[in-house]
Amino acid sequence: MSLFLIAALPFLGAVFPALLIRAGRNAAASSAGFTTLLAFIGLMLHAPAVLRGEVIQASVDWLPGLGLNANFFLDGLGFLFATLILGIGLLIIIYARFYLTREDPMGQFYSYLLLFQGAMVGIVLSDNILMLLVFWELTSLSSFLLIGYWKHLPEGRQGARMALAVTGSGGLAMIGGMLILGNIAGSYDLTVILQHKEAIQASPLYLPALILILLGAFTKSAQFPFHFWLPHAMAAPTPVSAYLHSATMVKAGLFLMARMWPVLAGTPEWFYIVATTGLVTMVLGAVIALFKDDLKALLAFSTVSHLGLITMLLGFGTKIAAVAAVFHIINHATFKAALFMSAGIVDHEAHTRDIKRLGGLRHLMPITFTIVIIASLSMAGIPPLNGFLSKEMMLEEAYHTTWLGSHWVIPGLAVLAAVFSAAYSFRYIAHVFLGPKRDDYPTTPHDPPAGLWLAPAFLVLLVIFIGLNSNGVAGPLVSAAANAVIGDDLPYYSLKLWHGVTPALYMSAIAVIGGLLFLSQHKRLEAFWNALPRPEAKVIFEALVNGLVRAARAGSDALHNGAISRYAAIMIVFTTGLTYAAFRTGTLAAPTRSVQEAGVLPVIGWICLVVATLAVVMKHRNRLLALVLIGVVGLVVSLSFNYLSAPDLALTQISVEVVTIVLMLLALNFMPKDTPVETPLGKRLRDITISIFAGLGSGGLIYALMTRDFAAAPISEYHLANSYKGGGGTNVVNVILVDFRGFDTFGEIIVLGIAALVIFALTEAILGSRVRARLLNRKPDMPRAGDAHPLMMVVATRVMMPLALMVAAFIFFRGHNLPGGGFIAGLIAAIAVIMQYMASGFAWASERQRFFFHGIIGSGVLIAAATGMGAWFNGLPFLTSAFGYIDWPLLEEFEWATAALFDLGVFLAVVGAVMLALESLARFAWQPGMETEHAMDINPARDDVAEDEKEA
Amino acid sequence: MIASATTFAFFCFAIALLMNLWKVVSADQTADRILALDTMFINAIALMVLYGIAAGTGIFFEAAMIIAMLGFVSTVAYTRFILRGNIIE
Repeated sequence: MSLFLIAALPFLGAVFPALLIRAGRNAAASSAGFTTLLAFIGLMLHAPAVLRGEVIQASVDWLPGLGLNANFFLDGLGFLFATLILGIGLLIIIYARFYLTREDPMGQFYSYLLLFQGAMVGIVLSDNILMLLVFWELTSLSSFLLIGYWKHLPEGRQGARMALAVTGSGGLAMIGGMLILGNIAGSYDLTVILQHKEAIQASPLYLPALILILLGAFTKSAQFPFHFWLPHAMAAPTPVSAYLHSATMVKAGLFLMARMWPVLAGTPEWFYIVATTGLVTMVLGAVIALFKDDLKALLAFSTVSHLGLITMLLGFGTKIAAVAAVFHIINHATFKAALFMSAGIVDHEAHTRDIKRLGGLRHLMPITFTIVIIASLSMAGIPPLNGFLSKEMMLEEAYHTTWLGSHWVIPGLAVLAAVFSAAYSFRYIAHVFLGPKRDDYPTTPHDPPAGLWLAPAFLVLLVIFIGLNSNGVAGPLVSAAANAVIGDDLPYYSLKLWHGVTPALYMSAIAVIGGLLFLSQHKRLEAFWNALPRPEAKVIFEALVNGLVRAARAGSDALHNGAISRYAAIMIVFTTGLTYAAFRTGTLAAPTRSVQEAGVLPVIGWICLVVATLAVVMKHRNRLLALVLIGVVGLVVSLSFNYLSAPDLALTQISVEVVTIVLMLLALNFMPKDTPVETPLGKRLRDITISIFAGLGSGGLIYALMTRDFAAAPISEYHLANSYKGGGGTNVVNVILVDFRGFDTFGEIIVLGIAALVIFALTEAILGSRVRARLLNRKPDMPRAGDAHPLMMVVATRVMMPLALMVAAFIFFRGHNLPGGGFIAGLIAAIAVIMQYMASGFAWASERQRFFFHGIIGSGVLIAAATGMGAWFNGLPFLTSAFGYIDWPLLEEFEWATAALFDLGVFLAVVGAVMLALESLARFAWQPGMETEHAMDINPARDDVAEDEKEA
Repeated sequence: MIASATTFAFFCFAIALLMNLWKVVSADQTADRILALDTMFINAIALMVLYGIAAGTGIFFEAAMIIAMLGFVSTVAYTRFILRGNIIE
């Protein structure tokens, strides 16, 4: 099976549980199970090749420009992890089916689980580090969903948030590290990077890259001091904990360290950072685990401790230690997943996982007891179970490792951790299952149905088999994975129970005896532990997060306080400053164009513009007056467009002006008519100074621009030359809009439509709230005079309507060759309709409005899209236009162009958007059922007149 | 002949435009200002048509036509606002 398919299957499969949950919980669970099984079988088909030492690759260039290629590869290490992820995933799916209750949304659970599984498989199969990063972030996100699965529990939500915050920020650091690494190696492909050990370790950026990548790995694998998120993630349902914290999520960090081991390991930096962190984590986790009363918390800290152990082994940097690390990854996954599942069974049956409330369960739950005793003893490192083998290897390696010249630090602390490890493992057995039977369990427990114990039982069998026949069961896998980590020349190692009387054996014996001793003294030790002052990680974390939030708030509130004058001031000062800096540092060429003489007309236009602008500034507190004065500005601008040979712009400007005024007046109806003085004089003076400088600056800039030729040749020459040849139109502006830059226009009409729909949606939301009643009972703030619908205006607008629509059609059709086009025509048509709304009233006009404006917008966008897609059928790219000529008999030569169809889309979208926006605003003042007194309610069909006559 | 006639007309309408502007800026009543603005629109139509005649082109005709056809809509909107507060009832 292709690696692509293996990686994609969980993602594809994630859809099914969500859909099939309607067919029942079994259907959802089995769809998830079958998808996983299929991917697992696909993976196993590669097993013979991978175990022979071959590397299977699959690659597709995705975004080669960014170095982002969809390259997958499967070597021993990837195979080991993929087997764990998919294999234990399958067991978890079975287990979860029986664990979750009827109230839990199971479809959602399996969808999240498969998403997570897909992300994990993606990490271990990725050849491209950028793609690996994407999957890495995906695991953070999907694990967030899984940990917070019980949304009703505050602990679940907090735990999920904490996990996301910690692993997400680690991921961010890792992105930096990976980019540095890719930069040094000159490729983002792992297989290439792994060849460049010398270059990477010699680079001055080695240490920063190492630290950043390790931050990612340590946060994910819950290494000290980031270990605190893992116990809090225990608020998740037990199947999630078993999956995430035994075999997958937390192992991703270890996977990464193992993956990067060939290029990053072997330096003192690597040794002291990684081995020390692992050592501290191992000891700390083991000590805390012994004093946790919550079964899952005990297992969580034990996981932290074991992750530390593996990290430490990887940190040693020796080949044999890496082999031990790989072996322990397998062993830990088997016994820890079984232990988590059995803890879930106890919780499920006894309704508590507080060790203090349990005990004596061996009589009540013999099957669970058997499972737990085997898995726990393996965790404690008792022969002949698999935990013993890898722990022996660890102790052996620890014995040979010196730390800062000391021979005792690492072996001593490793034994200490082993003692505690044995103690908490024994405690799980002794305090939960041994001892007298009690009669105060929340509910009397008994062994669960087979569905719950089958999965851990299978894992426990593996624990035994690996322990008894490690070479046969796990040997090939270990050697293939170890090969992938350390290269071809595997050191001599043997996975067997009896190595003779070695230092490691003594250390193991000390651990077991010490563990039993500690367990017997547990009460005293616990009292001592509880008396110790300890920092509470959650409190520190919350304080840190709150502090960061406060800092972010302070920063954003200072910039973003809701006052538009402040935003404008910041932006204007910044751009003016930037331009000034550019002016001071750059060079300004001498003017190449002479200043033209001003005619009388432009001077008069200029006077109008300046006077009107100054008047707006003086009178801006009277809002209506400001609008009237802005009308002057609009008029002069459209006149100057004409004068400066831009008739298209002039047409657009005139129609936009009208629509804008109508929109503003509609809004002003609900606003105070005067702007109050809100800011002190000093602030206003400051703003005046800023705006004067900005105005002078932009004026000067434009002057400088217009008195010089452009530094680079402008694109307009190209457009002029190709407009008729390529676009079939002589109006270059229109050809640019519908052809050269057709894609931009397409985007713009979509945005326009979205804006209108948002206005509509906001109106709906506001009118649906209590504001509606206040609007209906609103007293007008000005005295009202005159008719609502003056007869003359009604008649005039109705006569104008067909004329205006005719003009719109005219403007539309000539647009390709002469000033005009769909946009202007749309505005004109919209104004023609608005006139009816204004004259005859909202009720009258909307009654006669047969097509919803939403539909008009939609049809416009669809027509434009369909026109664009039409090019595909001719094997051309989207929106390639075509045109030709037809000879109609008796008529002139007629040109057809697909661009006209596109323009029709633009026309419809503009009409719909303008009308929807205006209608929405008008609805605020409209009162349903309001009688229109003076509207000329004459039915054009004159049915009523005919009926009247009949009656007479 | 046409040239001097258009020049003369230009001056007349330009002066009219300035006088309108004076009223827009300084009139006592808002209604006067709106009326002055409407007159400015009419003068602008004249200027565009004249400019077309002087330049011997019909390209400005549509702009003049659209101002003539739609320019009154904003005047109506302003006045409806003064009279009724709500321009679409």
